[in-house]
Amino acid sequence: MQVLPVGPEALLVDLDGHPDVLGAVAAVGAALRDARERGELPGVVDVVPAARTVLVTAPGDREALREVRALLASVDTAAVPDRAEAGSVELAVHYDGEDLELVARDAGCSVDEVVTLHTGATLTVAFGGFAPGFAYLSGLPAPLQQPRLDTPRPRIPAGAVGVAGEFGGVYPRASPGGWRLLGRLTEDAPVLFDPHRDPPALLQPGTTVRFRDAG
Amino acid sequence: MSRELVVTEVGPQALVVDRGRPGWAHIGVAAAGALDGPAHALAQRLVGNDPGAAGLEILLGGLAVRATAATTLALTGPPGGLRIRRPSAGERVVASHQPVHLAAGDVAVVPAPSSGLRGYLAVGGGLVVDALLGSRSADTLSGLGPAPLEVGTRLPLGAPTEVPALGTGAVGVSAVPEAVVVTVHLGPRDDWVDDAAGRLRRGTWTVAPTGDRVGVRLEGPELERSAARRGVELRSEGLVAGAVQVPPDGQPVVFLADHPTTGGYPVVGVVDPAELAVFAQLRPGSSVRFAPVATPVPSPS
Repeated sequence: MQVLPVGPEALLVDLDGHPDVLGAVAAVGAALRDARERGELPGVVDVVPAARTVLVTAPGDREALREVRALLASVDTAAVPDRAEAGSVELAVHYDGEDLELVARDAGCSVDEVVTLHTGATLTVAFGGFAPGFAYLSGLPAPLQQPRLDTPRPRIPAGAVGVAGEFGGVYPRASPGGWRLLGRLTEDAPVLFDPHRDPPALLQPGTTVRFRDAG
Repeated sequence: MSRELVVTEVGPQALVVDRGRPGWAHIGVAAAGALDGPAHALAQRLVGNDPGAAGLEILLGGLAVRATAATTLALTGPPGGLRIRRPSAGERVVASHQPVHLAAGDVAVVPAPSSGLRGYLAVGGGLVVDALLGSRSADTLSGLGPAPLEVGTRLPLGAPTEVPALGTGAVGVSAVPEAVVVTVHLGPRDDWVDDAAGRLRRGTWTVAPTGDRVGVRLEGPELERSAARRGVELRSEGLVAGAVQVPPDGQPVVFLADHPTTGGYPVVGVVDPAELAVFAQLRPGSSVRFAPVATPVPSPS
């Protein structure tokens, strides 16, 4: 574990190289959130787990970073949190994405086999970020783990279902993006992000996601 | 009659802002909020509002609002003035950075500033549009919060909390400079740039014309990848406002309040939070130099 400075009021915990890096990220993120919920880190405002790192911010409270460091020294990065309460979600998809044939070609299989692989996997929300309600889904079958597009699209429609690197994802709203697109959620899909709901994001860390072929 | 401001003219961009909605980055929601935080806070104080009240952020003027009831306004940001049109009395000009009383029916016009970019208009009682996740701020990247103002937009006002102190005159304020030196704290990925501290210290960059509330792009000497990191991709990681990110072309971007919550290019340093507000005001073509400092994470006590 490396702890890097991010200006005077934030730090980055870098867990790259850990044998179960997503588990370690989840463990560090959960330990910090739990401590904050117990009132131990009142200066901490954001805890942002990502693919290899956890960002911790403490605006206006540099001393809080000292407490964060002390806590990090005692975190068991192998203690992957039990997130059974995060629930499961099934999302119906029209598999008509613009990159379906590209993904099939790079996976060395047919388009139908891409759909079978994608619908056959049980994915898990590793972390959120990028845009409101966006969730990075781990557990993607190896043939579907493919690089981003060389040139991002200026506009991807809301509900687009894609893959990039080790993750799958669904765009909660229209945005630019470089993920390879497999399809789109059906019209009656659940709302992925609603700021008036608690919690606002449907897909929470630990939520399991399965995709279903809606034809 | 309800207490409102009614928008009668609008310039390039006018947004409802407050101190933002920090604490939601883990679900992809940026803090947003006033880009020039000190100017916004001063405007709220001048009209006697709570510091959490919402006001307007006005890019390059062009905004006119009619008050449906007597109220108090203050404009801050770059030095300038407000024009007040009263149907019975014509137009008068009043200085910025002081409380200004409006009668019902008065129209306040915010002209473009002669330096800087963004003015901040506070109104007694604050703007009480619906709050989302604890804030009334517009977020231009995610589309959260109130839509940008248009002609006809009606902004409800809260009850004034206290009568502002008057007669103190305008607060002194200087023109926004065209050249700045800002402190940048190295890291977390300064090792991804060849001689990051030296290149940041020696270079002079120019503010590109494409800046917005997400970030300001700087044009100048390339921040080249270090040999050890060439051809390697960084995994996306959390970003903060003030982060100086280095895309593959080596031209740095300084992220501001509406920044994406994660990013996949290395962040070579972070602008000191106390100096970030100037990026709300730097016009395209302004010159930026950096004073890099090493600021290690404090050790556990």
